[in-house]
Amino acid sequence: MTMTVAATPSVARGPKPQRLTPARIGIYLFLFSAAAFFLLPLFIMVVTSMKTLEEIRQGSILALPLTLNFDAWVKAWTQACTGLECNGIQVGFWNSVKILIPSVIISIVVGAVNGYALTFWRRPGSNLLFAVLMVGAFIPYQVFLNPMIRFFSFAGLYSSLPGIILVHVIFGMPVMTMLFRNYYTNLPVELFNAARVDGAGFWRIFFDVILPMSAPIFVVAAILQVTGIWNDFLLGLVFAGRENLPMTVQLNNIVNTTTGEREYNVNMAATLLTALVPTIVYFVSGRWFVRGIASGAVKG
Amino acid sequence: MAKSKRKHQVTASVAMLPAFATALLIYIVCTGWTIWVSFTNSRLLPSSQFVGFAQYERLFANERWQISFNNLFIFGGCFLAISLALGLLMAIMIDQRVRFENMLRAVFLYPYAMSFVVTGLVWQWFLNPELGLQKMMRGLGWESFTFDWLVNPDYVVFTLVIAAVWHASGLVMAIMLAGLRGVDSEIWKAAKIDGIPAWRVYVSIVMPMLGPTVVTAVVLMSITVVKLYDLVVAMTNGGPGNESEAPAKFVMDYLFERGNIGLATAASTIMLITVLVVLAPYLYLKYGRPARAGHA
Repeated sequence: MTMTVAATPSVARGPKPQRLTPARIGIYLFLFSAAAFFLLPLFIMVVTSMKTLEEIRQGSILALPLTLNFDAWVKAWTQACTGLECNGIQVGFWNSVKILIPSVIISIVVGAVNGYALTFWRRPGSNLLFAVLMVGAFIPYQVFLNPMIRFFSFAGLYSSLPGIILVHVIFGMPVMTMLFRNYYTNLPVELFNAARVDGAGFWRIFFDVILPMSAPIFVVAAILQVTGIWNDFLLGLVFAGRENLPMTVQLNNIVNTTTGEREYNVNMAATLLTALVPTIVYFVSGRWFVRGIASGAVKG
Repeated sequence: MAKSKRKHQVTASVAMLPAFATALLIYIVCTGWTIWVSFTNSRLLPSSQFVGFAQYERLFANERWQISFNNLFIFGGCFLAISLALGLLMAIMIDQRVRFENMLRAVFLYPYAMSFVVTGLVWQWFLNPELGLQKMMRGLGWESFTFDWLVNPDYVVFTLVIAAVWHASGLVMAIMLAGLRGVDSEIWKAAKIDGIPAWRVYVSIVMPMLGPTVVTAVVLMSITVVKLYDLVVAMTNGGPGNESEAPAKFVMDYLFERGNIGLATAASTIMLITVLVVLAPYLYLKYGRPARAGHA
C-alpha cells in the first residue's frame, strides 16, 4: 500500500492523445465539471466571508464581494462567541497549536523507535505486537473511550493537555510504527550489521546510522500527523477538557450552537481559518502529501 | 560480547515498552472491557451482573439505533459506490495525457486535507435551501429549482454521502492513478497493435490488474464509513429528527449525554464486529496467505 503510491511516475502512460476529437472534448468536460464540484463550495465560502450580512441577504451567492472586506475574518479571529465567551477562534487555534506540537514530535519519535526496533531488533513476540497494533489501527475509537477515560481519570490525566497529547501519541502509534517499519525494512541490512560488528548498541546505531537516513520518512510522518491531529475532533472533544478544546471543536461550537442572528460571513471566515493549517501543509508538501495519506489513511 | 549482546537486547525491549503497553492496555484490555461490559446490566456506572445478550436485544429494539444502523448501510453503500466510481473515472481521465494534470490533481484532492468538521459545515451551507445551491439556481433564473435534501427526512442521509464523496473521492483518484501508472506500458502498445479499443483494454485488462488497488481503496473507504461521526455532528447533528444519525454518534450520545454505558458498549461492540467483518478478507489477502515477493 505504501510503496505503490510512492512509486507514481510523473508522466501519464495511458493511450496516446489524438487531436481535439469529440472524445477528448468529453474528457475535458468531465474533468472541468469535476473540478467545479470540488471548487464551488470553497469559492462560495471565500466570497461570502468577505461580504457584509446585508450583501449576503440581498445579492447572489455567486456574486463577488463589492469590496475586499476582511472585517468578518478579524471578527472570527478575535470576537466570535462560544457560548458566553467571545474571544474568537484564536483561542482554539492556540489550543490546537499547544496540542499539535508535542503530539507530533512525540508520536513520530515513538513511531521511529518502534519501527527501528521491530525491523532490526526482533524479539520474541515482535510480530504479534505489530499485528495487534495493525488491527488496532482499524478499530473505531468508540470501542476504547469509556475504559480509557477510566484509566486516564485514575492517572489524573483526563481533561488535561498532557492527557490529550498522550491520546494522540497512542492512536498515532500504529500508523507511525507501520510507516517507519516499512521504510526501515527497505534499508540495506548490511549497514546495521556493520555497525553491530563495530560494537555499537541499540541507541548508538539508531542515532548515528538509522536517523541520518530517515529524513524522507520523517517528512511523510510529519505531514500525516500534522493534518491528522489538527483535523481531529472526537479525541479533542473527549480528552482535552474545557480549557484545551482544539480549534475544530471550538469551530463547531461557534457555528452550531449560536443563538440569534447567524453571522454567516463570520462563521465562514472561522471555518476557513480552521482549514488553513492543513491546506497550507497540503499545498506546500505537494506529492509528499499523497504519499503520506495513502500510507496512513487507515487512521481515518 | 555475549553479555553486551544481551544488554542490547534488553535495551531494545525497553524501547518497545510504549508500544507493548499501548497494544496491551488500549487495544486488548480496553476492547475486552468494552465487550465484557456490553454483557452486563451497566447503566450510568459499570456493573458486573451478567445479563447475556439483553443489552443487544434492547439495542436492536431501540428506534434510534435502528435508524443509525440502517444509515450505516445506506450511507456506506452509496458512498462506496459513488466515491469509487468517481475516483476511478477521474483517475482514468487524468491518465489520458491531459493538460493541467497537476492542477486538476491538486483540486480533486484538496478536500481530503480538510477536517470532517470543516467539510460538514461547508456542505451544511451549500445545501441549505435558503443560502446555497437552491438560492443560487433560483437567482440564475430557474425559479422552481428545489433542492431541500438537507431538511428532508427521507433524503438527508444522502447529503452526508455528497459531502463525504467531496471529501474522499480525490483520495480514491490518487490511489487509482498510482495503480494505473503502475500498469506496464507494453500492454498499451500491444493493445494498440492489435487494434483493441481503449475502453476494452481498461475493462478487460487494466481493471483486473488493479484488483489489489481497488481492495485498498474499498477498505479505506469502509473504515471511514464505520467511523462516520464528525461529519454528522457538524452537518446535521443527526437531524431532522433522528434521520441522519450514525452508530458512532449513537455511542457518543449514550456514553456522554444519556449515561447508559451498557447500551453504548453494546453499540460499540457492533461497530467493532462490523470493522472486523470488513477487515477480515483484506487481512487474509494481505497477510494470511504465504507471502509473495514485492509487496510492501
